[in-house]
Amino acid sequence: MKNPENFKYTKEHEWISADGSVGIVGITDFAQHALTDVVFVELPQKGKNLIQLKTAAVIESVKSVSDVYSPVSGEVIEVNEKLLSNPELINKDPYGTGWIFKIRFENKDELNALMSSEEYTEMMKEH
Amino acid sequence: MKLIFEKTSPGRKGITLPELDTPDVEIDIPETSVRKELDLPELGEVDVVRHYTALSKRNFGVDSGFYPLGSCTMKYNPKINEDIARLPGFSELNPMSQEENVQGAMKIMYNLEQFLCEITGMSAFTLQPAAGSHGELTGVMIMKKYFKDKGEDRRIILIPDSAHGTNPASAAMCGFSVKTINSCKEGEIDINNLKENLDKNVAGLMLTNPNTLGIFEREVMEIARILHDNGSLFYCDGANMNALLGIAKVADMGFDIMHFNLHKTFSTPHGGGGPGAGPIGVTKKLEILLPNPRIKKEGEKYCYYSNDESIGRIRAFFGNFGVIVRAYTYIKTLGAEGLREVSENAVLNANYLLAKLKDDYNLPYKRICKHEFVINDMNMPNNVTTADIAKRLLDYGFHSPTIYFPLIVHGAMMIEPTETESKQTMDEFAEAMISIKKEAEETPDVVKNSPFKTPVRRLDAVMAARNPILKFEKH
Amino acid sequence: MSYVLNTESEKREMLKTIGVNSIMDLFGDIDESIIQKERLKLDKPLSEARVKADMSSLSEKNIRKLSFLGAGSYNHFIPSVINHMLLRSEFYTAYTPYQPEMSQGSLQSIFEFQTYMCRLTGMDVSNASMYDGSTALAEAASMCSIISGRKKIITSKTIHPQYREVVKTYCSMYDIEYKEVGYEGGITDCSEIEKCIGEDVAGVLVQNPNFFGCVEDIKKIREISSKTNSMLVVCVVEAISLGLLEPPKTADIVVGEGQSFGIPKSYGGPAFGFMCVKKEYMRKIPGRLVGETVDMDKMKGYIMTLTAREQHIRREKSTSNLCTNQALLALAGSVYLSIVGKQLKDIALINAKKAKYLQENLDKIGIKKRFPNPFFNEFAVKIPNSESVIGRLEKSGIEAGLNLERHYPELKDCILVCSTETHSKEDAERLIEKIKGALDETDI
Repeated sequence: MKNPENFKYTKEHEWISADGSVGIVGITDFAQHALTDVVFVELPQKGKNLIQLKTAAVIESVKSVSDVYSPVSGEVIEVNEKLLSNPELINKDPYGTGWIFKIRFENKDELNALMSSEEYTEMMKEH
Repeated sequence: MKLIFEKTSPGRKGITLPELDTPDVEIDIPETSVRKELDLPELGEVDVVRHYTALSKRNFGVDSGFYPLGSCTMKYNPKINEDIARLPGFSELNPMSQEENVQGAMKIMYNLEQFLCEITGMSAFTLQPAAGSHGELTGVMIMKKYFKDKGEDRRIILIPDSAHGTNPASAAMCGFSVKTINSCKEGEIDINNLKENLDKNVAGLMLTNPNTLGIFEREVMEIARILHDNGSLFYCDGANMNALLGIAKVADMGFDIMHFNLHKTFSTPHGGGGPGAGPIGVTKKLEILLPNPRIKKEGEKYCYYSNDESIGRIRAFFGNFGVIVRAYTYIKTLGAEGLREVSENAVLNANYLLAKLKDDYNLPYKRICKHEFVINDMNMPNNVTTADIAKRLLDYGFHSPTIYFPLIVHGAMMIEPTETESKQTMDEFAEAMISIKKEAEETPDVVKNSPFKTPVRRLDAVMAARNPILKFEKH
Repeated sequence: MSYVLNTESEKREMLKTIGVNSIMDLFGDIDESIIQKERLKLDKPLSEARVKADMSSLSEKNIRKLSFLGAGSYNHFIPSVINHMLLRSEFYTAYTPYQPEMSQGSLQSIFEFQTYMCRLTGMDVSNASMYDGSTALAEAASMCSIISGRKKIITSKTIHPQYREVVKTYCSMYDIEYKEVGYEGGITDCSEIEKCIGEDVAGVLVQNPNFFGCVEDIKKIREISSKTNSMLVVCVVEAISLGLLEPPKTADIVVGEGQSFGIPKSYGGPAFGFMCVKKEYMRKIPGRLVGETVDMDKMKGYIMTLTAREQHIRREKSTSNLCTNQALLALAGSVYLSIVGKQLKDIALINAKKAKYLQENLDKIGIKKRFPNPFFNEFAVKIPNSESVIGRLEKSGIEAGLNLERHYPELKDCILVCSTETHSKEDAERLIEKIKGALDETDI
């Protein structure tokens, strides 16, 4: 699966797709593949204030439990409730219907400091 | 196979009640506090016996066959231990009884503590912890209090990347941060990486020796020295002590605290996942921190006493006494000579099996092992994995080795034959492993879809985790 | 006798295959200075016959008397079936069911155990067992703190003294503030809970029936703790009570000790602890869980599940370090519940009746109940010179009960007495007669 071009990426394999000051956040294809079958997602609470690179959500697979870090600081405005009954969406469509939460952020610098699609792909090549 | 609840038949009774020979008085409890329904099955004794007998046939124990689970020490469980633990003079004792009534029990516990001191060179033991991980937690608690009492604020515990998960979990439970130390390419802890991470914030290092790869940490005494120079403590995870009984003493290596798994090293049965016992041993300076109460001997009498500096109680009563009796009986049966024989043969057997497998399976660390060794699936053709091999072994009538542990070896299979296995059994196991490799080459689907001969085929772990059904509910 | 099978010639063959000369070559990587040159200072090996004789005589050094002692470890009737099932070696010589296809026996029996415990406690989820009641209670306290993010626990003084000590140890290690509240009339003083309940309290811990054998007002305690969203943990130490008493359905967590379910007292262990929780805490419960699933042929089977929460995967992020549970004892408990079934209520009733009969007859000779509140199968009585009375009865071969002053200094001259279905009318009469005799003697 190709990393969508207009998304931004973190070192910890999260992506954010920003539109103005609202971003949609999920994990990358590499991450979902490494986790294997996702069985449960602990979503953040709506209204919660998140800090960049601190734990926002937790994803549980059969083999492991992983923290999802927020790519930017801001307030959680929506969560993907579908993941509660269909956690496998993260495996099937990590960049689309497998999105995890939406965040309203102010600090555009934080966003710009993240990796571009090419930079993330480069980083992955070194893996 | 049906669940026990599905076999219920209204009106059926399994026992005749004990006689109510006293007058039928009105009980103290008001009707409002009495439960209105009790959803338990109604079965006859035959029903119950057949159910559990059938269940037992869907299980596999050391008595069924070879069980080379690395790090678990699945040695033979002597039957005499079972008889002794069941003697009424042991099984009927109330832990709240007065000391005068339980001198035999106290003598066993006191003596076992002394035996473990002799075996390890440690100064004192407590038998309270109920399992290895409970022992580890106790050991970490001792470390925490030690520094607190000294007025030193040390928040970090160092743990090798090859360690068992209970090590970092125990450390984290007590509020320590865990820093992982790398293993080097020989399989031992990287002493330079250790030195880099050592500062006055480090409370201690938790090390398994022999380590989880079955390899003896050759630099253990040097590690002890640099830890002690730094004012840190040295904890030994004693899960692998089966390799060292009568051979080398843990205290001589420089450890300050260690735990045993009586259900591994001292032959008490694993019971399908417990009970166990995880005694903790310490050097002199840590003795007063051991959990209360402790036992002492005054003349011919045994009594309990407590230390104010102790970390406190870590469980009610004194320990898993039934397990303690079994371990004690084992040590009395084996004696000094028998214990040494255990380790010599555990190590001989492991190295023999390693030699039989090393030409066909990848050996990440090519050196003499102790009581266990690690191979992995690196050479397996057709994408056959460690999990596949483990499942196929069940068809051959063997229990699989430990798989996917330690984490530092990809696709690890940890094999521990123990000293109670014969050359014939090990030869058969090696043949099976080699046969499976051949199958992986020629008929990989057989391996990938195994097991075929077990009561159920390969189970869906994902479904169990996505939609957890954790009890029976009538529909 | 070390159960080693290798003969001398087999050893030689194996050494040859390995490519070394002697067994000690295999220890060549251990520093010479720490290799033991002398044998351990332990006895020589003994024959089975000799070990049996020695251990038997050690067991006889323990004096068993007619006992009315409970205090957390109970005399109950143990059906013969249990031992026979436990001695099936496929159960007791097995390991944790990491290869589920070959361990359906263990796994199904744990699934059934989980079901039993939920039905008895009124909770939604049970784990596969814990070390014992005291550590289960301590783990529950820790869980309350982790789930709520709060750092204070309120504990009732009517909880078993040793259980409280364990909770105290764990709290101090986990940096949780530990606060005790007192009792009134033999049950938890709710007004004291009201004084210290707050938004900083993670949970309230109470035992039912409590250490004094009294039935607690769980409803009231639930009301108070709910006001500040504090969790309620109910601890059941005498498991037989679950056959008679209303289950603590309103609790968040129910923990306890399973020794009463067909397991000998065995000087305090091994038995099993249990932990049952409401649905919403399913992913936070420590310990093992067995779940239902299917295999490749769609046949029903059982497997350990939600294992990612556990120490071996989550490592330092797990909520507990638990690894071993008490599988074989949980099996004993399950067999007990299977064979006793609905008759558990009858057994519990017999317990209550025997205790009530004993209490009434002690009352007749002037030995009054210490507390007014209803009791199950244990109760406290006022006895002058309790220490001396107990001492005299011990000499007559009777364990009268527990001297409460040792654990509660304010309860002078009080004994905790327990009567179960194992006590006959003659036993009760003998106790009463001997107490009467002891009192008459001390009056002189």
